[in-house]
Amino acid sequence: MLDPKRLQLRAAFFQAIRRFFLEDGFLEVDTPIRQPLVIPEQNITHVPSGTHFLQSSPELYMKRLLASGCEQIFQICRCFRYGERGRLHLEEFVMLEWYRLDADYTNLMADCERLFQFLQSEILECHFPVSLDMPWSRISVEQAFQQYCTVTVEQALQQDRFDLLLVEKIEPNLGKGGPEFLYDYPLELASLARPKVDNPEKAERFELYMAGVELANGFSELTDPVLQRSRFKEEYSRMDNGNGKSPNMPELFLQDLGKIDTAAGIALGLDRLFMLLLGENNINKAVTFSSDEFDM
Amino acid sequence: MLTASDLRKGLKIQIDGQPYVITHFEFSKPGKGQALYRCKMRNMITGNQFTQTYRSNEKFEKPSLEERKMEYLYNQGDEYHFMDTTSYEQTFITKEQLGENVHFLQDNMTLDVLFFDDKPIDVTLPIFVNLLVTVAEPWAKGDTSGNDTKPVTVETGYGLQVPPFVVEGDKIQIDTRTGDYVTRVKE
Repeated sequence: MLDPKRLQLRAAFFQAIRRFFLEDGFLEVDTPIRQPLVIPEQNITHVPSGTHFLQSSPELYMKRLLASGCEQIFQICRCFRYGERGRLHLEEFVMLEWYRLDADYTNLMADCERLFQFLQSEILECHFPVSLDMPWSRISVEQAFQQYCTVTVEQALQQDRFDLLLVEKIEPNLGKGGPEFLYDYPLELASLARPKVDNPEKAERFELYMAGVELANGFSELTDPVLQRSRFKEEYSRMDNGNGKSPNMPELFLQDLGKIDTAAGIALGLDRLFMLLLGENNINKAVTFSSDEFDM
Repeated sequence: MLTASDLRKGLKIQIDGQPYVITHFEFSKPGKGQALYRCKMRNMITGNQFTQTYRSNEKFEKPSLEERKMEYLYNQGDEYHFMDTTSYEQTFITKEQLGENVHFLQDNMTLDVLFFDDKPIDVTLPIFVNLLVTVAEPWAKGDTSGNDTKPVTVETGYGLQVPPFVVEGDKIQIDTRTGDYVTRVKE
């Protein structure tokens, strides 16, 4: 359980984030937490809730709001992912998501830089573990494999070792001297992201790291409904059956997607960021009640 | 059968016919990626350690482990003999298998012995044992060296640091998890 001082810091942290986005002209929105249909994601197990599922992310609804004409929206909400428990994982956690129309992933990277600098100036009791001095490092997935692994990205994917190498060889090195962006993922690892114009094998997706901890995942949105449908189908084909995922296509989402020209969106795990600001290395130290403090 | 999602610190699993206990466990999952379960494990028979990362589709067997209440009888060289308090069957465990625990065995002490496939592999001691101090330097009054502990030896031959007031013939309580002095025991 957080002590009163840390509870106050956590509240100040959320308030500062809201202030940053409101001052930047974003609209704060809320969307359903229980969803009748969830997007196919190979590596996420949703928590069932009656006839629905608890959201693993609000992204489908956020994009539908973009399609309705909202230009800049953000949301702070609870997300749920079954079976994810560890030093950096909670089954229930707080996510910050923000979306921009007429923007791409580089605009989101700039948002991250400004957001962190704002938080540093607003919450004096919290300390970033690294310097936020500009510019922040950017390393492509391809460069990272060259630098930290003995195989290329393509070989790692063929051998089904991409995630293992990322976790064990690459991630511990990222964001050591300052926050760092890992960008341009293989297309099959970014089923909702836009392919790069000059390199369609890669997707405009990035992750933000600080002190070896992955904090945010952002991308230029794939807005072509036909392409998105086939990417969903590919994702379904890679999934095991019967693990709580719905086999139906999100038709209303696909319909709305066609109304968006260009957009970008990002999800940032706030409990992890708050953990780093507290100087802790376990996410359970950053939440009001950790999972071993629940009455069972 | 166990699956990777059952893995956690303290869990015992069987790999290649050997029982292992997980001593360190870390769950990780890169964004949009696979869940990875990194385990540091100790072989419960040999003590050898190794680290392995598993994925969610992997399955494990539970080792056949059983705890029996036994009484410590005596040692003959490196063989330490125990008797089952229910069946009166006797068995021995080697000094190597006992490791540090060997320092805290007292005749007729009852403890839990762990069996794997009907072979004894480990003992679980009480957390605290009371042992007689057999060798201790007398407490030099007026000692101004500033040392706040001194070495003593207890009846099992185990040596440890204790406060200066402990003398030969005292009984002291020792924490078997750390091997450290806890308090002097009055009898």
